[in-house]
Amino acid sequence: MSILVDRDTRLLVQGMTGGEGTFHTEQMIAYGTTVVAGVSPGKGGTTHLGRPVFDTVQDAVAATGANTAAVFVPPPAAADAIMEAAAAGVGLVVAITEGVPILDTIRARAFLERRGVRLIGPNCPGLVSPRHQAKVGIIPNHISSPGPVGIVSRSGTLTYEIIQGLGRAGLGQSSSVGIGGDPVPGLSFAEVVSLFAADPETECVVLAGEIGGSDEERAAELIGQGYPKPVVAFISGRTAPPGKRMGHAGAIISGTTGTPASKVSALTAAGAVVADTIEEIVELVSARLRPRAVSGA
Amino acid sequence: MKLLEYQAKAQLQASGIPVPDGRVARSAAEARAAAETLGPVAVKAQVPIGGRGKAGGIKLARTPDEAAAAAEAILGMELRGYRVPAVWCEQLLPIAAELYCGITVDRDRRGLVVMLSLAGGMEIEEVAAQAPERIAKLWPDPFAGPQPYEIRQLVFAACRAVPPPAAITPARLAAQMVPLVRALHRLADRLDASLCEINPLVVTPDGRLVAGDAKLEVDPNAEFRQQDLVALAAEDGGAATSGDDPLEVVARERGLTYVHLGGEVGVIGNGAGLVMNTLDLVQRSGGAAANFLDIGGGAKAEVVTRALEMVLLDPNVRGIFLNIFGGITRGDEVARGVIEARDALGLDKPLVVRMTGTREVEGRRLLEAAGIAPAASAPEAARLIVELTRDGRSRR
Repeated sequence: MSILVDRDTRLLVQGMTGGEGTFHTEQMIAYGTTVVAGVSPGKGGTTHLGRPVFDTVQDAVAATGANTAAVFVPPPAAADAIMEAAAAGVGLVVAITEGVPILDTIRARAFLERRGVRLIGPNCPGLVSPRHQAKVGIIPNHISSPGPVGIVSRSGTLTYEIIQGLGRAGLGQSSSVGIGGDPVPGLSFAEVVSLFAADPETECVVLAGEIGGSDEERAAELIGQGYPKPVVAFISGRTAPPGKRMGHAGAIISGTTGTPASKVSALTAAGAVVADTIEEIVELVSARLRPRAVSGA
Repeated sequence: MKLLEYQAKAQLQASGIPVPDGRVARSAAEARAAAETLGPVAVKAQVPIGGRGKAGGIKLARTPDEAAAAAEAILGMELRGYRVPAVWCEQLLPIAAELYCGITVDRDRRGLVVMLSLAGGMEIEEVAAQAPERIAKLWPDPFAGPQPYEIRQLVFAACRAVPPPAAITPARLAAQMVPLVRALHRLADRLDASLCEINPLVVTPDGRLVAGDAKLEVDPNAEFRQQDLVALAAEDGGAATSGDDPLEVVARERGLTYVHLGGEVGVIGNGAGLVMNTLDLVQRSGGAAANFLDIGGGAKAEVVTRALEMVLLDPNVRGIFLNIFGGITRGDEVARGVIEARDALGLDKPLVVRMTGTREVEGRRLLEAAGIAPAASAPEAARLIVELTRDGRSRR
């Protein structure tokens, strides 16, 4: 059992019949994820990629026992799709969609929180647990390998870089989770970091943050309270000027909050080690795992 | 997207929040006419920045002649990069006290926050930084909105933090703030505002509340359903956006996610985090990035061409660092795009390409055959481009 997805994951894909939905559903199936249904209003009763398509999530859950939803629905309808999935009884919703209005996200997030349903994203690459051949989202199939490192990150491609860098050094991952680049995300760094704390498959955590907000500082507070595993952190956007939105809506330094200095010092003070480059992340993780491997041998 | 003061005030007024009587003027004659109707006025530059008064963008006029002269002086003025297209001539208010009331997104609380302070006016940023306890806050339920009892709690808390002026009792302030905050929240909700602010919220000597200024910022992700506001922001020569960096304006028109930074190394990559990290690498190697440009997920040849074109519009660019992680982006496609763009643009500046992912071997082979050396790692590519652009400088 990994932190959020595994072989018991039964995935339904909202927006599966669209271009992005089709491509990534094929990839998820190829990876080994159990995809049980698609949802596209008006296409109920048809079949796509060998999976039944339903008009509503409610129908899909009733017919297939889906317990996880991936959202590939365009921004105007994304928040509604997230709430639809939660109301239909799935336990985890992964919203890939980029460009969701923030007030929509705020409401959808609150809606899920009240029902005890976990949200990852929006504007995220999703997550993958290689040992369980379970992937929900768009992380490229070929880069991940099973192993002891848990990754949590706000960025998509940067996550891929870290996965690949670790992989080339022979370090696989327990789970890699992209929580998304929006100002208001679903699961936070702190929440994923605490899932990793309790996860027997994870021996070392990589936290890849970026400028903006104070979620990295919140995670540092948690790590500072006696976190049981080594944490290697990384902050991108260290040279970004204040007041400029660096692509991600959430990556903006406003006033005195969101600065890289505040994040680096909070994480360092909490006992995490902060890497300057991806190459250094790999070295630091490797150094923290090797002594364990030796003592365990 | 930011609305101008007069546009924001029109929205407040339509929501039932009192604003001073005023007219928009785009010439001295119009300002004179406004003052003839309104009496003594404040003549205020319509640009989407704070601190207009300190910058000379607000003048008081007792007579129509003075209003005309003030408009003459302010219209066409440039305030922090924004040319003033219009002035708002507004009846002068008798002021007993200045409060602050605003609604914005609180990232930590994952929702909107309503803020109220009796220490409003020009120095509210300093209050927020130095004495945050002087600002009372309320986090409304995202579905129910702020309830009257919550707003009363907010007002009484604000009055405990800063005693109210003699002109108004806490109870009378609360009675007026309940409908005002509810209206402001409904407005923020309806317009997808990420900031909706009244500062100062004026208390008149007879104890009434009037919005002395108004700021309204619309969430860019919601523009698809706020087309009326998009059209409004484009009025007055698009004043609400015209002060932006000219290269960023071009990029927006071309649908590219570009931020101008001012250095000499053009940076292109896919994914916001990756590009931010690339900027960091360039600086660590001793260079300065000219820009941030994220080409997003599917980096097709055509997108790469447009990105290179965009970066080259900046005359300070001495060389380009293209950093692509090919996940769904295919390496051979990127390579073809790079070669095509270089040839089409007659690019004569150094170009360093670092690329990984699916079909990276094919991609590198294509680049090498075309005379572009692919770098093995991102730090190495950063060192290389900084070296090449530095050489370019010394040759000159």
